[in-house]
Amino acid sequence: MSEVINKEIGKKGCCDIIEISGLNKWYGDFHALKSIDLKVKEGEIIVVCGPSGSGKSTLIRCVNYLEKFQEGSIVVDGTELSDDVKKIRQVRSEVSMVFQHFNLFPHLSIIDNLTLAPIWVHHETKQEAKEKALQLLDRVGIKDQADKYPNQLSGGQQQRVAIARALCTSPKIMLFDEPTSALDPEMISEVLDVMVELAKEGITMICVTHEMGFAKKVADRIIFMDEGQVIEENKPDSFFNNPESDRLKLFLDQILSQ
Amino acid sequence: MAIYSLKETKQPPQSQTKAVAWLKENLFSSVSNVALTFIALYLIYLLLPPILNWTIFNANFDLTADNQSCGREGACWAFINANFKMFIYGFYPQEELWRVNTMFGIIVVLVAFGSLLKTSQYRAHYIIGSFLIYPIVAFILLYGGLGLEVVETDKWGGLTLTVVVAAVGIVASFPLGILFALGRQSKMRIVKFISVVYIEFVRGVPLITILFMASVVLPLFFSAGMDFDKLLRALIGITLFQTAYIAEVIRGGLQAIPRGQYEAADASGLSFVQKTVLVILPQALKISIPNIVGSFIALFKDTTLVLIIGLFDMLAIVGAATSNSNWLGREAEGYVFVAMVIWVILYSMSRYSKRLEVRFSTEHK
Repeated sequence: MSEVINKEIGKKGCCDIIEISGLNKWYGDFHALKSIDLKVKEGEIIVVCGPSGSGKSTLIRCVNYLEKFQEGSIVVDGTELSDDVKKIRQVRSEVSMVFQHFNLFPHLSIIDNLTLAPIWVHHETKQEAKEKALQLLDRVGIKDQADKYPNQLSGGQQQRVAIARALCTSPKIMLFDEPTSALDPEMISEVLDVMVELAKEGITMICVTHEMGFAKKVADRIIFMDEGQVIEENKPDSFFNNPESDRLKLFLDQILSQ
Repeated sequence: MAIYSLKETKQPPQSQTKAVAWLKENLFSSVSNVALTFIALYLIYLLLPPILNWTIFNANFDLTADNQSCGREGACWAFINANFKMFIYGFYPQEELWRVNTMFGIIVVLVAFGSLLKTSQYRAHYIIGSFLIYPIVAFILLYGGLGLEVVETDKWGGLTLTVVVAAVGIVASFPLGILFALGRQSKMRIVKFISVVYIEFVRGVPLITILFMASVVLPLFFSAGMDFDKLLRALIGITLFQTAYIAEVIRGGLQAIPRGQYEAADASGLSFVQKTVLVILPQALKISIPNIVGSFIALFKDTTLVLIIGLFDMLAIVGAATSNSNWLGREAEGYVFVAMVIWVILYSMSRYSKRLEVRFSTEHK
């Protein structure tokens, strides 16, 4: 089915930037990911959803090798992930991640949080890195907080800083791991707004999220996972209006009835 | 259904004056607290007068007095005055004392200049440079060389020796402690094994044992004719000892860093060394400041143990000075004086640690 859909999304890039094939992962005896196959085209916006424990976070954490896997392969922009540290760093320099709990560095000011990777990983000068960081902070609407420390900001502001930090290295791919799940309800929209803006700009995104409004608005494809496997995968329209599997119907009932 | 308007903010009620409220809350809040208050007052009544009488009211402040004319009913502070140089410099030759003074003087200048650089971008360079160059300068000043007459380490003593032993122990054990703490967390089995064995072995042995071992066992490894400096042996022993404790303190800090910090650093492509130096260690060390300083304070006090392998630190000088027939029986004055000096140094360290904590605190600014 994904083949068909990818053809329909002709406006997106020509090539697969992420190729996951036959991916299997175990935690001890627990089979966390079961033979996952997934191809993502350049510029595609993928939303991954599913009940907790379904393996969706584990899946995207495999893409930048925060989680090791035992079987299968992941190729990111031509680099196949393995234990080779050089290859891991190569992939990580092109892939940025936004975490559920922000994970800003509390001992560094906002501006230093943003410039750390550009200076040390991408060898930019302090001046360059700082200018770009201020531009990005401006884009996410918190330029005036640049000299504060993370703990002085609200949750929503911290997550926007985290997004700016992720963008600072000009990544080709952005991974979002439940970016709004730890936020107070009134702060969710300010983060989603930033993500919607980002989606319009053509960066490849994989988002694990329960925000179905966001998925409807920007996703090219939605993937539903349960018990470590991909159960259903579809365009937003069909995904919400014509779910095929019973598991997905149940999930949508639960999540949309709230 | 009802709608409520916003209420005004008011001052809290003030029923009693602050002093009375404080007394009530802290000293007389319950029956047992009242009892404890009176017991404490009684103990102060018992102890304070004799202490004040001995140190001040009955004491002889005539600094030129000798042991006989001083009298026995109070302290004889002339003893401290007469032996002051020995307390500070040990048996360091009279005409070379300027070298010790210069060594201490440079520290004061370095610290003063450093506080002027507080906002400068070269501050880090300055501090690291000082830590690399100063020990060499201090060594040449104290020991000799480059045209300065050599003063053997068995002449060193008093506060000078105490400070040298403590400072070398602190400065050398800190980076080593960081390495062993990281080693203990390492995924490399051999590195981890060596770190664990080292730390657990040293922590399971009293400092006295290590000093004896450094003093007696260490020379066995070297050829018979080779003379191995006694002070150097003590310094090695103390550094080995302190390293294990600092490693454990820092490991505690490392374990308090949430996993998300490691993941965020990894995800942004930092290498292992960059992640450790730029993200993990600054946070771990910040958390550990109180315990690190506590450990250094303990070390400073432990340096007095070097007297058992024949070094004359400040405490040992009391024994040396009172065995002089002119000043028999004046141990009390000596010990009180040494206690005061060490207390002033350690209390300053403790206050400084408080200030560091506040300065590095980014949690509740």
